[in-house]
Amino acid sequence: MASQAHALTEADKKRFYMTEEHHPENGTLLGFWIYLMSDCLIFAVLFATYAVLGRNYAAGPSGADLFDLPLVAVNTGLLLLSSITYGFAMISAQAKKVKPVLAWLAITGLLGLGFLSLELYEFHHLIHEGAGPQRSAFLSSFFVLVGTHGLHVTFGIIWLVTLMVQVAQRGLGAEMKRRLMCLSMFWHFLDVVWIGVFSFVYLLGVLK
Amino acid sequence: MRLNFRLKKSSIPLKMLALTPLILALGGCDWVVMNPSGDIAAQQRDLIIIATVLMLLIIVPVIALTLFFAWKYRRSNEAAKYEPDWHHSTRLEIIIWAAPLVIITILGAVTWSSTHLLDPYRPLDRIAPGRSAENVKPLKVQVVALDWKWLFIYPELGIATVNELAAPVDRPLNFELTSSSVMNSFYVPALAGQIYAMPGMTTKLHAVINKPGVYDGFSANYSGEGFSHMRFKFRGMSEAQFVRWTQEVRKGGGRLDGSRYLVLEKPSEKVPPQRFAAVDADLFHKAVNRCVEPGKMCQHDMMAIDAKGGLGMAGVYNVTTLEYDKRTRRGEGGGFRSFVAALCAPFAGPSAR
Amino acid sequence: MSPDLVKFIFGRLTWDAIPLHEPILLVTFAMVALGGLTVLALLTRYKLWGYLWREWLTSVDHKKIGVMYIILAIVMLLRGFADALMMRAQQAMAFGEVAGYLPPHHYDQIFTAHGVIMIFFVAMPLVTGLMNLSVPLQIGARDVAFPFLNNFSFWMTVGGAVLVMASLFVGEFARTGWLAYPPLSNLAYSPDVGVDYYIWALQVAGVGTTLSGINLVVTIIKMRAPGMSLMKMPVFTWTALCTNVLIVATFPILTATLALLTADRYLLTNFFTNDFGGNPMMYVNLIWIWGHPEVYILILPAFGVFSEVVSTFCGKRLFGYSSMVYATVVITILSYIVWLHHFFTMGSGASVNSFFGITTMIISIPTGAKIFNWLFTMYRGRIRFEVPMLWTVGFMVTFVIGGMTGVLLAVPPADFVLHNSLFLIAHFHNVIIGGVVFGMFAGITYWFPKAFGFKLDPFWGKVSFWCWLVGFWVAFTPLYVLGLMGVTRRMSHFEDPSLQIWFVIAAIGAVIILCGIVAFLVQIVVSIRNREALRDVTGDPWGGRTLEWSTSSPPPAYNFAFTPVVSELDAWWDMKARGYQRPTSGFIPIHMPANTGAGVVLAGISVVLGFALIWHIWWLAAVSFVALIGAAIAHTFNFKRDYYIPAEEVVRVEDARTKALRSLT
Repeated sequence: MASQAHALTEADKKRFYMTEEHHPENGTLLGFWIYLMSDCLIFAVLFATYAVLGRNYAAGPSGADLFDLPLVAVNTGLLLLSSITYGFAMISAQAKKVKPVLAWLAITGLLGLGFLSLELYEFHHLIHEGAGPQRSAFLSSFFVLVGTHGLHVTFGIIWLVTLMVQVAQRGLGAEMKRRLMCLSMFWHFLDVVWIGVFSFVYLLGVLK
Repeated sequence: MRLNFRLKKSSIPLKMLALTPLILALGGCDWVVMNPSGDIAAQQRDLIIIATVLMLLIIVPVIALTLFFAWKYRRSNEAAKYEPDWHHSTRLEIIIWAAPLVIITILGAVTWSSTHLLDPYRPLDRIAPGRSAENVKPLKVQVVALDWKWLFIYPELGIATVNELAAPVDRPLNFELTSSSVMNSFYVPALAGQIYAMPGMTTKLHAVINKPGVYDGFSANYSGEGFSHMRFKFRGMSEAQFVRWTQEVRKGGGRLDGSRYLVLEKPSEKVPPQRFAAVDADLFHKAVNRCVEPGKMCQHDMMAIDAKGGLGMAGVYNVTTLEYDKRTRRGEGGGFRSFVAALCAPFAGPSAR
Repeated sequence: MSPDLVKFIFGRLTWDAIPLHEPILLVTFAMVALGGLTVLALLTRYKLWGYLWREWLTSVDHKKIGVMYIILAIVMLLRGFADALMMRAQQAMAFGEVAGYLPPHHYDQIFTAHGVIMIFFVAMPLVTGLMNLSVPLQIGARDVAFPFLNNFSFWMTVGGAVLVMASLFVGEFARTGWLAYPPLSNLAYSPDVGVDYYIWALQVAGVGTTLSGINLVVTIIKMRAPGMSLMKMPVFTWTALCTNVLIVATFPILTATLALLTADRYLLTNFFTNDFGGNPMMYVNLIWIWGHPEVYILILPAFGVFSEVVSTFCGKRLFGYSSMVYATVVITILSYIVWLHHFFTMGSGASVNSFFGITTMIISIPTGAKIFNWLFTMYRGRIRFEVPMLWTVGFMVTFVIGGMTGVLLAVPPADFVLHNSLFLIAHFHNVIIGGVVFGMFAGITYWFPKAFGFKLDPFWGKVSFWCWLVGFWVAFTPLYVLGLMGVTRRMSHFEDPSLQIWFVIAAIGAVIILCGIVAFLVQIVVSIRNREALRDVTGDPWGGRTLEWSTSSPPPAYNFAFTPVVSELDAWWDMKARGYQRPTSGFIPIHMPANTGAGVVLAGISVVLGFALIWHIWWLAAVSFVALIGAAIAHTFNFKRDYYIPAEEVVRVEDARTKALRSLT
């Protein structure tokens, strides 16, 4: 598959070189996608670790004893909703409307913050009960898997705020749209990982 | 297109050169891997030779051709044909892919069967070529890799030794292995291949020694500061001599119980051989399950509880304030240690569950 | 100052961390300090700081970054090889009553550091450096897809190296072997800073490597010159593509696994502990799922170099291009299903062991196909034994023996008697030295004139080659023998005196290799001194076949005044055959990425963060972490990352080249 910015003239072919400026296709989205797949691998390792160690309760509490499914349901709802609101932001970005973009991004960020707050509350409660990551291998793998996802959401929110500032400053040119696309991929990716988390960790975990 | 190999002239000396290591290996000298004293190790040695010969069938011609082509097609040799645009030959490609494929298929078949036959977990079906193991009672030996010495327990004889392993010739040996702290690897080259010894679990090795003698044994997996001196002597001897050895050990006195084991567990290097005339029957079981110290929950109990879903919130604080093996080396005294506490009072014998 | 305050400010860093009682380290420090101060003094005296900063340290030019990677690798080679010499010396003398000069506490750090440095800070930078230098030129591009990330990746690799070197003088290094298996590497058995240095050095460098992988994949996919379809790419670019796919698809596993170990050590979790449900076998599996593709990351670029070198110096098109490409792709995929062969002895059962043994053997088939293809490129060629070709022939006879011993070790019952023995050590050095090192020296010699405008002195190159070839066999044949005598690895002292002669021979071999390294350094000095005599004016000193040889030596910053159009494999050869004429007019402004100091800054902060985490200086860790985020965000506000080279500048550069070429005729 040749990489061509525009068709070659016969003259070009004879001269062995392009006579006009040749700009190769922008690789940012492909590069970010590849990065995202590498991040996916990290989560794969954490999921695999959870699969191996997830039943090692060290005679302590199991998921059934600890997981507060209603709380997790609310959390899941917040995160899924934030993906939808990000989608609305992207639609407005396509239409080059700065204010709606900023508004939807803000809502997305707030939903993300809500997700993080509930998660931090859950962690705090578990640790307070004595079921912290040090208690057993199951709890270690739970906290690290869910915690890594939470860390990613945190960085996503920091990135989101940065982009909001930059969009407000520079509008919605090609560069800013590209950056919004990358964050969009990141955000939806975190959503997909969360679906994996609540299915394999929480839902399967409460089954005795 | 014909390939002009002048194999006869230039590559026989090369073939000899390449075969020298093989000849040396067959000669063996005192290379224990090539000249072992146990049936399993001997079969493994045979595998090394078979695999090497099979591969030399490809390797020797390749090296020979490389040197030959390098010499023949050097620029100063104007006589040699120069075909700068010849870069493809379907026939050659087929040979290039097929020849190694054939060798690997043969080797793969050899691998499958030998791996199953020589699986360390597989009880022996023969003591030596032509001699079945059917009517021979195996000798059980339990092995604990400690820092940095080896503990051997003979459960059927009720004795134990440190850094000294004795066994009768021509009797299958059934080893069960574990470690107290870090990963080790039990290896007596003259006897059989090695097997890892790991904490919290057992591995198995089945072997037999066919010639009396004194052989080296050691750990083949680096385990820390005292690793270089974590060696022992493995003595193969006749049945009569083995009975005498057992009696000697029994006469020597000493009992290896839980508290003595905990002392033994402390890190030490260059440990001279020790003998124990008596050993607690469940000591190995407790060592494997990491509950030699009183009050600590045994791993098998923990796993049974976990299989049923854990102990719930009640189990959260079942962690005593003595910290063990998380922050400090196993065997090192003092300090803050924690482990999951047993739910029943410890008593001799298997758990009630 | 109250002890609590001191502990808060310095964490667990105390004066004891400085090894004042270790003469070897003190001497090393003195030499390094002296050398370092000399370099700094010379830089100041010749007022080179500005030049260094502007032209090199902040450069986003792939050629300069490639050169810097290789310089880093050579410096670290000296450290890693010093470790090797020390080990050989200890093992040659420590028998019976003689304890040797290295107690286990020191020796165990040396063998760990030797492995870590050679793999992560010599082999990886060499491979990355060559790919950086050559791939954009080979595909007719001006630079890589993400030039800033390229610079950042390099400095993160340097950051990791800095942390490893710091462990020499402040604290100590890990004593676990290069893969740091738990439980030994966990807190109970390695409570000191050693394993933490290991972890953070690798995590910092790992970020660089992973980003570099992404960079080169996108570069190769998106930035090839028009007409260069995938099956018209040079073989080195193919191997670079597969290597970087491997990097992206495997380094995250290392990152995650080390993170789990970090959690165990810092947060007291239970991934790899013994008592709370942890499973050290999980670490062994995960680390080798990374570790095996890693060795293919090292060897594939070397295979690529050999392909280029063989076809160039035999004056013949590479035999079997398609099958070379397919073989490379097959190796890439298969490298993911062999990892268990590194621990057959862990007792996984016969069926599992056989499966992995057989897959390991299957990998030797495409590898063998490549060897045959090089062989048949030599057949009916016209072979010029320039130094790169010497390295290649040396590789072909050395590597196949290593491959053979590898297939031997792939038979599980054979592995049971040879695992972790010196036979294993001999095997992997056989393939890494015979394959990777020889390939890197071939590549460095081959592309040196392109990078610097003059060839390397051939005499000293030949001296270096012969010393390496002979030295390797003298050093490692005894190790094969010792393995067959039942001797295991990582021993600092022996009881059996009959082994000593073999270790002495091995030590002599190491000294011969040392001569090879010295000859290489002499070669560089001599070449710089004689550079006019060795000058490459045409830009194509070897009669090359690929696009990089169509540029001047060194190429201008923009590589190609006009992007080439490709119609055949071996594009440059094809252009020469069809009467290519260099463009001498009609030049236009060229769009280029701008230099930036952000990479140096971010990597520097990362090193501080790593150091703080190692020594438990929590306030510094927090501050540097916040600074890292802040600097990264600040960098994203820099939108002025490019500029245009004016047409007049291009005219000036190209006219100078026209003049130089004319003076040849």
